[in-house]
Amino acid sequence: MSAGTLRIALVGNPNCGKTALFNQLTGGRQKVANYAGVTVERKEGRFTAPSGRVLQLLDLPGTYSFDAASPDERITRDVLEGNYPGEAPPDLIVCVADATNLRLHLRFVLEVQRLGRPVVLALNMMDAARRRGIAIDVAELSRRLGMPVVETVAVRRDGVRALVAQVDGEVPAAAPAQPDDAASRADLHDQVRALLAATVVMPRATDARDDALDRWALHPVFGLAILAAVMFLVFQAVYSVGKPMTDAIADGFDWLGAHVAAWMPDGPLRSLVTDGLFGGLGTVLGFLPEILVLFFFILTLEESGYLPRAAFLLDRLMVSVGLTGRSFIPLLSSFACAIPGIMGTRSITDPRDRLATILVAPLMTCSARLPVYALLIGAFIPTRRVLGVFNLQGVVLFALYAAGIAGAMAVGWVMKRLRRDRSEHALLMELPSYRLPKPRDVAIGLWERGMVFLKRLTGVILALTVLMWFISTFPSPPAGATAPAIEYSIAGYMGRALQHIFAPLGFNWQISLSLIPAFAARETAVAALATVYAVGGDADAGGLGHALAANFPLASALSLLVWFAFAPQCMSTLAVIRRETDSWRNVAISFGYMFALAYAASFVTYHLAAWLA
Amino acid sequence: MRLTELPKGASAVVERVEDAHADDAIAQRLRDLGFVAGEPVRLVARGPLGADPLLIQIGSTRFALRRAEAARVRVRAQEAA
Ligand SMILES: Nc1nc2c(ncn2[C@@H]2O[C@H](COP(=O)(O)OP(=O)(O)OP(=O)(O)O)[C@@H](O)[C@H]2O)c(=O)[nH]1
Repeated sequence: MSAGTLRIALVGNPNCGKTALFNQLTGGRQKVANYAGVTVERKEGRFTAPSGRVLQLLDLPGTYSFDAASPDERITRDVLEGNYPGEAPPDLIVCVADATNLRLHLRFVLEVQRLGRPVVLALNMMDAARRRGIAIDVAELSRRLGMPVVETVAVRRDGVRALVAQVDGEVPAAAPAQPDDAASRADLHDQVRALLAATVVMPRATDARDDALDRWALHPVFGLAILAAVMFLVFQAVYSVGKPMTDAIADGFDWLGAHVAAWMPDGPLRSLVTDGLFGGLGTVLGFLPEILVLFFFILTLEESGYLPRAAFLLDRLMVSVGLTGRSFIPLLSSFACAIPGIMGTRSITDPRDRLATILVAPLMTCSARLPVYALLIGAFIPTRRVLGVFNLQGVVLFALYAAGIAGAMAVGWVMKRLRRDRSEHALLMELPSYRLPKPRDVAIGLWERGMVFLKRLTGVILALTVLMWFISTFPSPPAGATAPAIEYSIAGYMGRALQHIFAPLGFNWQISLSLIPAFAARETAVAALATVYAVGGDADAGGLGHALAANFPLASALSLLVWFAFAPQCMSTLAVIRRETDSWRNVAISFGYMFALAYAASFVTYHLAAWLA
Repeated sequence: MRLTELPKGASAVVERVEDAHADDAIAQRLRDLGFVAGEPVRLVARGPLGADPLLIQIGSTRFALRRAEAARVRVRAQEAA
């Protein structure tokens, strides 16, 4: 032990509130969500106890047992036993158990105790336990277990005081280490039963509220109807709530750009500021509200506990396309961004199911594609009522999302046919209690998402936008040139070269060119188009949407929309696939199949639309 | 009887978990999750397609099990108490 610092590891069954406890203790803002397997990597934080001692806290992935079947659980055991490379064994283990679910969680407490290291038990969710009238004789439990036991409410600021006082005191003595064999494992359940009988009184095994909600949410007919309604509502809301705000921001930027332009002398610098910064970046920034609305729903759903229900309803369907019900949650996160989605697949214990999920995750429309969709839909699809209530633009947006999902199902199905391993793979998924999302947590989540977006905007997107402006402006046209100046620029040449590849999809050279920066970050396609058209002098008072509508046919627009629904994912996604699967082969497969898929789908769309028109 | 044969809403008591083959990791995991002799279980809900997966309540926990997983669990039906 280094002088004065105490190393504490937090362990417990999945979804027992470890991460919430970690955040409450350290003031950190790790992601909490109401489903098993949120913590997929080791996270560390530190805080100073009242005595002045520095406590170093390690949050470990949730584990049901040490019969390590998943990568998560292996890490946990290795760390606790001090076998994890580069990680000193913890001085104290804080084992977190859900007080409303002790039959399951106490067994793991006993397993941890058998490692023979000092353990403190934190009975978390005591608020929920009290609400349900569960009475726990803490003193007796502590005596029988032979370890200190404290009550906690990880989601309340004053809910961890007892735990802090406990870990700040003497480190308790460890129980003797015991061998881990099948016979002694079977014995654990009997010990749990005896403990429960002696120390816990439960009026009812389950929460009456959960039972009532589940009767609807898991109903074979209503359950599916509710799921469809929830999903549809989310996408309608993105459009009808986010859009007016987006328009307001875009108007604000136009106004600002015009005023700044009036102050600056004519020349390349003014063009950079008005065309590049206000035209390009401003357009992308305008989509922040829509992205935040989407995240609002994803965060709320994650915290509510509804998602595992959706996974339950969809498991059979997912299995038939080579995935698993567990894929549902990572895939839903991929609607925000494929990167957290792919990282979240670590909660899928089965390597085969996990790889399949990783390969289809980028087909879920990520929020970075939203600006592209919103721009093109705004420019080409009329606002019309469909069936009296729906906005046609919203319907098209929904159709694009649906196309991504259908693509994922088709790809999953093909993969299932192609693979040799046909053995059985388990589901074994726990459904948590429903919880009301805390406005504060949702607000923090939104704030963080917003900041990530702004960082991208001022980092990679800004750099690419300036670069796009540069190559669209230079070199200047030769004297006596007749065509628009941009045709002579580097951008003009590159765009026309690329157009050879993309002309069959109905893309003009401006679009072809914008696909390059889109590979770095999707939103940049919008900024790039805005810059190219602004520099080219085609953008009129109506903004980019008008310029696009005037410059290419509906068929090309539809084809571009479809391209983005299936197109090869961005560089960061490829990098994360490489990291998570540790294989360049998977990166190549993923990139290759998506390029082919997008190309074919756009080709068909373009020719079909052109033929119909 | 097998857990899969339990009617919706019915309760039963676990007798044992059978290995589907030698070294059955799924059966072992079920035992770790509390499917051991004498434990009361209840079939709470069934999935919408092909009545798969099954939602099983054991103690205060609900687990979604596919039919193939649930078929490993032998139960004894319980008279409505
Ligand atoms: N009512 C109540 N809810 C809690 C308490 N502690 C945590 N929660 C909620 O329980 C859910 C799970 O919390 P997490 O902190 O993500 O659980 P975890 O153990 O880290 O989960 P994994 O990372 O999946 O292992 C979240 O919805 C929390 O808001 C508590 O003391 N009382």
